[in-house]
Amino acid sequence: MPTFVRTDKCDGCKGHDKTACVYICPHDLMKLDKDGSETGHAMKAWNQEPEQCWECYSCVKICPQQAIECRHYADVVPLGASVQPLRSTDSIMWTIRFRNGNMKRFKFPIRTTPEGSADPAAGLPDPDASKLEDPNTLFTQNAHKFDASQFSVNN
Amino acid sequence: MAEFGKPDVIEEEVDILLIGGGMAACGAATEMARWAQARNLKVKLVDKAALSRSGAVAQGLSAINTYMGENDPTDYVRYVRGDLMGITREDLVFDVGRHVDSSVELFEEWGLPVWKQPGDEGKKLKDGGKPVRSGKWQIMINGESYKWIVAEAAKKAIGLENIQEHIFIVRLVTDKNDPTRVAGAAGFSVREHKLYIYKFKACLLVCGGAVNVFRPRSVGEGIGRAWYPVWNAGSTYAMAAECGAELTLMENRFVPARFKDGYGPVGAWFLLFKAQSMNAAGEDYQAKNYPDLANYGYDAYAEGHKMGTCLRNHLMLKEMKEGRGPIFIDTPTALKKLAENMTPKEIKHLEAEAWEDFLDMTIAQCGVWAGENIEPDKERSELMPTEPYLLGSHAGCAGIWVSGPEDVPGTPAHYHWGYNRMTTMKGLFTAGDGVGASGHKFSSGSHAEGRIAAKSLIKFALDNKDWKPELGRTVAELVEEIYRPVRNYLEYGNYTTAIDVNPHYITPKMLQFRLQKIMDEYVAGTSTFYQTNAASLKVAERKLGMIKEDSLKMRAKDLHELLRAWENYHRILAAEAHMKHIQFREESRYPGYYYRADFMNIDDKNWKCFVNSTYNRDTGEWKLKKVKYAQLVKPGPGEPEGIARPGSTV
Ligand SMILES: Cc1cc2nc3c(=O)[nH]c(=O)nc-3n(C[C@H](O)[C@H](O)[C@H](O)COP(=O)(O)OP(=O)(O)OC[C@H]3O[C@@H](n4cnc5c(N)ncnc54)[C@H](O)[C@@H]3O)c2cc1C
Ligand code: SF4
Ligand code: SF4
Repeated sequence: MPTFVRTDKCDGCKGHDKTACVYICPHDLMKLDKDGSETGHAMKAWNQEPEQCWECYSCVKICPQQAIECRHYADVVPLGASVQPLRSTDSIMWTIRFRNGNMKRFKFPIRTTPEGSADPAAGLPDPDASKLEDPNTLFTQNAHKFDASQFSVNN
Repeated sequence: MAEFGKPDVIEEEVDILLIGGGMAACGAATEMARWAQARNLKVKLVDKAALSRSGAVAQGLSAINTYMGENDPTDYVRYVRGDLMGITREDLVFDVGRHVDSSVELFEEWGLPVWKQPGDEGKKLKDGGKPVRSGKWQIMINGESYKWIVAEAAKKAIGLENIQEHIFIVRLVTDKNDPTRVAGAAGFSVREHKLYIYKFKACLLVCGGAVNVFRPRSVGEGIGRAWYPVWNAGSTYAMAAECGAELTLMENRFVPARFKDGYGPVGAWFLLFKAQSMNAAGEDYQAKNYPDLANYGYDAYAEGHKMGTCLRNHLMLKEMKEGRGPIFIDTPTALKKLAENMTPKEIKHLEAEAWEDFLDMTIAQCGVWAGENIEPDKERSELMPTEPYLLGSHAGCAGIWVSGPEDVPGTPAHYHWGYNRMTTMKGLFTAGDGVGASGHKFSSGSHAEGRIAAKSLIKFALDNKDWKPELGRTVAELVEEIYRPVRNYLEYGNYTTAIDVNPHYITPKMLQFRLQKIMDEYVAGTSTFYQTNAASLKVAERKLGMIKEDSLKMRAKDLHELLRAWENYHRILAAEAHMKHIQFREESRYPGYYYRADFMNIDDKNWKCFVNSTYNRDTGEWKLKKVKYAQLVKPGPGEPEGIARPGSTV
C-alpha cells in the first residue's frame, strides 16, 4: 500500500539541507534518484520498495512540495480513493476522497506549544542526587499513591 | 574514500549506549539528562531511523493506553495479569504503574493535546484536569505528533551531538575477560559506507518487537500493512539471545483482532463508542460461544464478559472456523445510539472523532474505507484477527528476563538480583517491548520504563567507573561478519544473468518469505487457524535450522538490502525462540493467540509458571526451563479463579 511521488511536484528538496522524505521514512524506503539512472527522473525521489510501505504517511506529511501521495494497496483496495493530509505546526487537515466521489474534510490539533519549545525538564528543578537509588521517584516526581495492604507477602 | 564493500570502520567508546529511538529510548534519554551524576558520563543514542518518526508511534496514536489517574497501581497489576492469563512479573508491572502518570504529565507539558472532560478544558492533568477516558486505563489524545513531541524532548535532553540516526545495530559483543558481561555493539550506517563499533560500560537495548516473522494475510503490495510496524524486526530479542541473555515467555504472541485489511484499531470503537461485534447473521457470538470456554478449562480465566484479549479472539475464531463469518463491527448502530441526544453540531464532532481515531494512528484504514465507499456511520466493517506478532508492551508479553525493583513487598529472590531492568547479562538493560512477562505498558508505560532503566544505568555506570570494556571479538571479525552479505554479492553477482536468481546466494526478500511460510504452516500461523502440535514443531525445528544456515548466504546489492538482510537474520532468531517456547510449554495457555492441538487445555497444575530460555551462539542450541510465578498482589473481588490461583510448583 504504497506512496508515490508526483514528477510534476518533487524538486528533490534542492533548496534544503536534507532530502526530507529520505531522511524521515522509518523503513528506509524513499530514495533520491540523483542522475535519473534508476527511474528516468533525475533529482526526484521514489519509493524503492512499495510492498514494504506501512503507509505511515511520515514522508507525505514532511514533503515541502506536497509531492507525495498514497495509492492504496492495489491487491486489496479498489481504485479511485485518496486520503491526503496537510500538516502545519499546530494542526493537520485531512481531505478524504471516496471512490464514488464523496468528500470529507477534517482538521485536528496536533500540539499546544510552538514547535521546538518542549522543555525536557518541564520547568522542574534537578532531582536530589541522593534519590538516584530511590525506586519511588523519577526526576523529582514521586510515585503514584498505592494501597500497600494489597500486597501479599507469602512468597 | 570508503565505497560499497570497503567501509570505513569507526570505533567509539562511551559510558552508556542507548540502542533504539522509540518510546523507551526517548524516556531513558530524557531522564538521564536530569541527573547531575550523569552529566559527566558520555551517553549516546543510536536509531536505525529518524527519531521524530521511528518505532511503533511513527504515525501517531489516538489514545494513551496506560494512565492511572484515580486508579491504584495494584489494581493495574490485576488488570494486566488478567489479560495475560495469570502469568506476569507483578513487580515490573507495578513499577510501571506507579511511575507512568509522570510521563503522561510531561507529554502534556511538552505540547501533546490531551482530551478533557467538559468543564476541565484547559486544565492540565498535573493540576487535576480530568481526561476523557475511553476505558479504565486509557485516555484520548490528539496524537498525530505524539512521537514528534516526545522525540523533541529527548533530543534536547541529551543533545543532537549525542544522537546518531540511520545506524542499524547488528549484534552485541561480550567482554573479553567476562563472558557474562556486554562490552560493546556493532552495526552499520544505512546511508554511508561506514561500520560502527561501540564500546561501553552499559547499554539499553530497546529496538521494539517483531513483525513479519509470520506470513501476513496480505499477498502483494499490501504486505507492508501489518498491524505492527514493519520496521521492528525482532532486533531486541535476537541480539539479547545471541549474547547470552535469558528470555522469558517468548511463546506469548499478540494476535490483535482489528478492522480487516487496514488493521484499524478497535479500542475506541468498543470502549468509547460502545460498538458491538457480531457474526454474519447479526448474532452476538461472544454470548453464544461463552459456554465453550468450559471445554478446555478456559472458563476459569473469564468472569462474565470480563476476559483476556486472547479469549475474546478464541470466541471469534470459533465462529469463523464453524463458517458463520465474516465477523462485523456494527459502527452505524453505535454512532446512531450516541447521536440520539446530540445536536447536529455535536453529531458532526462525533463523526470527526470516529475518523480521527484512524487518521491519528492507522491512516491506511481510512484508505480502505474510502476505496470501498464505506462510511462508518452508514455501513458496518469487517473484523479479522491478524497474523501473529512478538512484542512485550502491548497485549502481549514476550521478551527478556530482567531484575525488578527491590522494594515491592513479597518480591522473591529470583525476581531481583541486581540493578532494576538489568538482564541476566551484566551491563545489558532493556525496557518497553524488550522486557518480558509485563505487557500492557503501551506508549506511556514504555516511556516510563525507559526512565526507570535510565536511573539504573547511571548507577551501574558510576559503580563501574574505572572498568574498561574490552571486546571479546576482534574488529576484523566483526567487519567480516556484518559485511558478509555484501561480499556474497560482490563475489557471485556476475555468475548469472538474472541478478536475483543465483545458486550462490539468496535475496533477503526470499529468505523472509521462506521464514514466513515455515512459521505460518508449522508454528500456528493464520493458515492453520493458529494451531500446531509437537510433530509440526519438529518439522519447523529442522527447517529453521536450515534457514539459519542459509542466512549466511544472504546477499546485499546495496546498503538498503544489507539492512533487510540483518533485519531478517534477527527475525529468524526471534522466530526460533518463539517456536522453542511453544514446543516446551505443553498446554494452550493463550487460546485465541495459538493452540497446541495436542494439549488443548490450560494446565495450571503444571504450567502456571514462566518459561525461560537461553541461547548458545556457538552451538546454536537453546536451553529451556520453568521458572516459578509469584503472586505479589492479593486476589481482588471478582477476579477469575484461574488468575487468583497461585503459581505451580516448578
Ligand atoms: C499499531 C500499534 C498501535 C498502538 N496503539 C497504542 C495506543 O493507542 N496507545 C498506546 O499507549 N500505545 C499504543 N501502542 C503501543 C506503543 O506504541 C508501544 O508500546 C511503544 O512504542 C513501545 O516502545 P519501544 O521503545 O519498546 O518500541 P518502539 O517505540 O517501537 O521503538 C523501537 C525503536 O528501535 C529502533 N530499532 C529497531 N531495530 C533497531 C536496530 N537493530 N538498531 C537500531 N535501532 C533499531 C526503531 O527505529 C525504533 O526507534 C501501539 C503499538 C502499535 C504497534
Ligand atoms: S520530500 Fe518531496 S520534494 Fe523532497 S525529495 Fe521527497 S518527494 Fe521530492
Ligand atoms: S508512508 Fe511511511 S513507510 Fe511508506 S514510504 Fe512514507 S514514510 Fe516510508
